[in-house]
Amino acid sequence: MNEFLHMGGYAAYVWPAYGIATLVLLGLLVATWKGLRNAEATLKALESARPARRRTRNGSNSTGRKAADQTAGTPAEASEG
Amino acid sequence: MHRFANPARFLRLSALLLPWCAGATVILTILGLWFSLFSSPPDYQQGETVRIMYIHVPAAWMSLFVYTNMAIAAACGLVWKHPLADLFAKAAAPIGAGFTFVCLVTGSLWGAPMWGTWWVWDARLTSVLILFFLYLGYMALVNAFDDPQRGMKAGNVLLLVGIVNVPIIKFSVDWWNTLHQPASVVRMGGPSIDPSMLTPLLVMAGAFTAYFLSVVMLRVRTEIAQRKIQTLRLSVASGVAGDGAVSDGMQG
Repeated sequence: MNEFLHMGGYAAYVWPAYGIATLVLLGLLVATWKGLRNAEATLKALESARPARRRTRNGSNSTGRKAADQTAGTPAEASEG
Repeated sequence: MHRFANPARFLRLSALLLPWCAGATVILTILGLWFSLFSSPPDYQQGETVRIMYIHVPAAWMSLFVYTNMAIAAACGLVWKHPLADLFAKAAAPIGAGFTFVCLVTGSLWGAPMWGTWWVWDARLTSVLILFFLYLGYMALVNAFDDPQRGMKAGNVLLLVGIVNVPIIKFSVDWWNTLHQPASVVRMGGPSIDPSMLTPLLVMAGAFTAYFLSVVMLRVRTEIAQRKIQTLRLSVASGVAGDGAVSDGMQG
């Protein structure tokens, strides 16, 4: 086992190579996953605010619009970019 | 191809394919690591450092493969105005940049003990560094416009211009006198590499490809959701309840 970790004296080059590849690929996966969940949560909030807007179209329009704007606010800002 | 360019159809298809791609990524990665770390011999000249190759070369292949795919998508996006082609290119860019970064760093880690230098400005290394900057430039350009449609268009043009770099990278080791070794797998007359080393190389390449497919599908899903959010916001802002359930971005 020790010999394996030693990599014939090249441990300082072989292991960082595998480590960086792991770090980059896992990091991208996690960032992608978080971004997707963020976007889907925002979308759901926006879509659930829409029917309320439709119902109040003939009445006071402002309440529905307000609700949509509020749900649209914070989570999307983080997920953009 | 037009049939698959429909975002709703893509969402259904990707939901079907994603578990298979994710499963293939896990299995091929485990297999690939086993082959490359345990069941392959050290090189007779380079010793154990040859194991860096099983990361370095597949990452290099992926950096070219992803860029070529993005350029094809860019052409489709510009010619047929397919919204999904634009989204694919945008979604793939960070993954391609990641692979190029891994390729450059592992190459450096391999070069230090074997060439005696971390970096040289030779044709192969420099052209891959330019590829990395092309990825970063594309990502910056796409996000630099208030109107996403204009950003996509500018980015697509950059991708098509940058495609000249791909054959330059591939043939740089033949055209110029470089420190980098010439191709030993994808070459005329078949691979000149021993099967015991070719197997881990190909399995790792398969793992990276499956990884790319899985992550790019997740990212395209994210981009589609972002488009829908944007459409909904616009319809809310303008006070018109447009049917923006499936944003297709064809207006622009």
